[in-house]
Amino acid sequence: MTDRIISFQERMDTAEFRVHHQAHIVVDSRVCADCSTRECVIACPANLFIPTSDGGLVFNYEQCFECGTCYIVCNREGAISWSYPEGGHGVVFRRT
Amino acid sequence: MSTPDVDVIVVGAGPAGSCAAIVAARAGLDVVLLERGPFPGSKNMYGGVVYPRILDTLIPNWWEEAPIQRWVTRRSTMLLTDTQALTIDFRSEAWGEPPYNGATAFRPDWDHWLAGHAEAAGAQVLTDTTVVGLIRDPGGAVVGVRTDRPDGDLRAKVVIACDGVNSFLAKEAGLYEHTDAKHYTLGVKETLALPKEVIDERFAVRDRHGVDIEILGCTGNVNGGGFLYTGLDTLAVGVVLKLPKLAAQKKRPEEIVAGLKQHPAIAPLVQGAELKEYSAHLIPEAGLTMMPKMTMPGMLVAGDAAALCLAAGIWLEGVNFAMASGMYAGEAVVEALQANDTSATGLAGYQRRLSDTFVLKDHRKLHRAPELVLSDRVQHLYPGMVANVAERMFRVDNPHPKPGLRRILNEERKKAGVRRRDLLRDGWTGFRSFG
Repeated sequence: MTDRIISFQERMDTAEFRVHHQAHIVVDSRVCADCSTRECVIACPANLFIPTSDGGLVFNYEQCFECGTCYIVCNREGAISWSYPEGGHGVVFRRT
Repeated sequence: MSTPDVDVIVVGAGPAGSCAAIVAARAGLDVVLLERGPFPGSKNMYGGVVYPRILDTLIPNWWEEAPIQRWVTRRSTMLLTDTQALTIDFRSEAWGEPPYNGATAFRPDWDHWLAGHAEAAGAQVLTDTTVVGLIRDPGGAVVGVRTDRPDGDLRAKVVIACDGVNSFLAKEAGLYEHTDAKHYTLGVKETLALPKEVIDERFAVRDRHGVDIEILGCTGNVNGGGFLYTGLDTLAVGVVLKLPKLAAQKKRPEEIVAGLKQHPAIAPLVQGAELKEYSAHLIPEAGLTMMPKMTMPGMLVAGDAAALCLAAGIWLEGVNFAMASGMYAGEAVVEALQANDTSATGLAGYQRRLSDTFVLKDHRKLHRAPELVLSDRVQHLYPGMVANVAERMFRVDNPHPKPGLRRILNEERKKAGVRRRDLLRDGWTGFRSFG
């Protein structure tokens, strides 16, 4: 028996996120535009940083684990402004 | 100066925060325990093993009520190459009886349970509340916190910051000299559902007994390690990855986990298990190298917020360090408030307790271990070398006679490109840190 390969979206859908309308992470795409290393793209476990075909970077905050990896690996001052979501919002890990 | 609303504010209802709140509240102090998630533990994940003996005094017979999955009675350390696996496997029936040793548990369960004890002790647990900053007096002493609630300022005689690995409070207060990506690892985990009987059979355990497997050589170009733990009817499989190395290559974290799950030694163990939850968290990995100042006038830092996590290869501990540091922070605060002195001198009992107990003693003893375990040789050269030595030891290559161990060692060391003096030096470092 081979196990079914699941898509990344299915993977993320296993975790619960109570999304707040206000983004808790803000990315300044002007700073990112000329960044060639893009550490966040590989390292973010939720794959929230997606490069676009025109060399830009699209960012989603909704399914964020709030781990902090992106701002810690980022080499560009001011590219990522990071804070915790409003109380009661964001990721909610499961109780058994 | 305005009067405090409460005696103590504890920020973060994780293991550190709840233990601090339990101690302070039991001493009769007025304590508020703030939690930004909808319930304590909702923001927290880890690999999966907790060592709770530090609770013996705080919650006698904790094992009768703690929400554990399985008692770890079997501990394996695995070295992997693409096609080989060398395992050291230890089991002890004693670890399946009180007072036990380690247990697998889910953090949302564990943290929720501990916070319940804080509440029972009289602490007021306030969930759905994010602390957004510190309130300080003109002299710089911390006198409260700002929260995201309406009229959300809350003042106290002392603040205990247990706000986790990102600790914006410790950073805001300037307690960290600097933070560096190389001091952190990213932990990613898959919780997989599998029937209990299947787990019992595959891992050769019964009842509530379970297995803890730590794995080296499974993270490709990225320095780190892997783990596989048994829950009651779940498995936890995942990796911890050194941040700068992760960011400097092309494989994403979940792909590295997928690679581990496909390894011939791991695949049969996880086969057919369905993904129940995917999760991730940062780990402060660098021990003493990164630790902040633990106290300042009006504030103490405990748990991950103080980088009190022991990531030393064969020892991976964090929750016990968090619970202990929280407990000691609580004791120091009780002392300070009795003496009516929350200056750095008044709170010095915290640092003294950390220094006199396993919290800093283990860190001092093992201070070279994290760097050694995550070094390029241990990560990328030794697993293959050791596995090849084992393969040649056990291979019956007739009509050739068996080669001597020394010859095999020497040949494999050269083949792996390891210099003799580096091997000796690493061996000596390992002996000094672990011995």
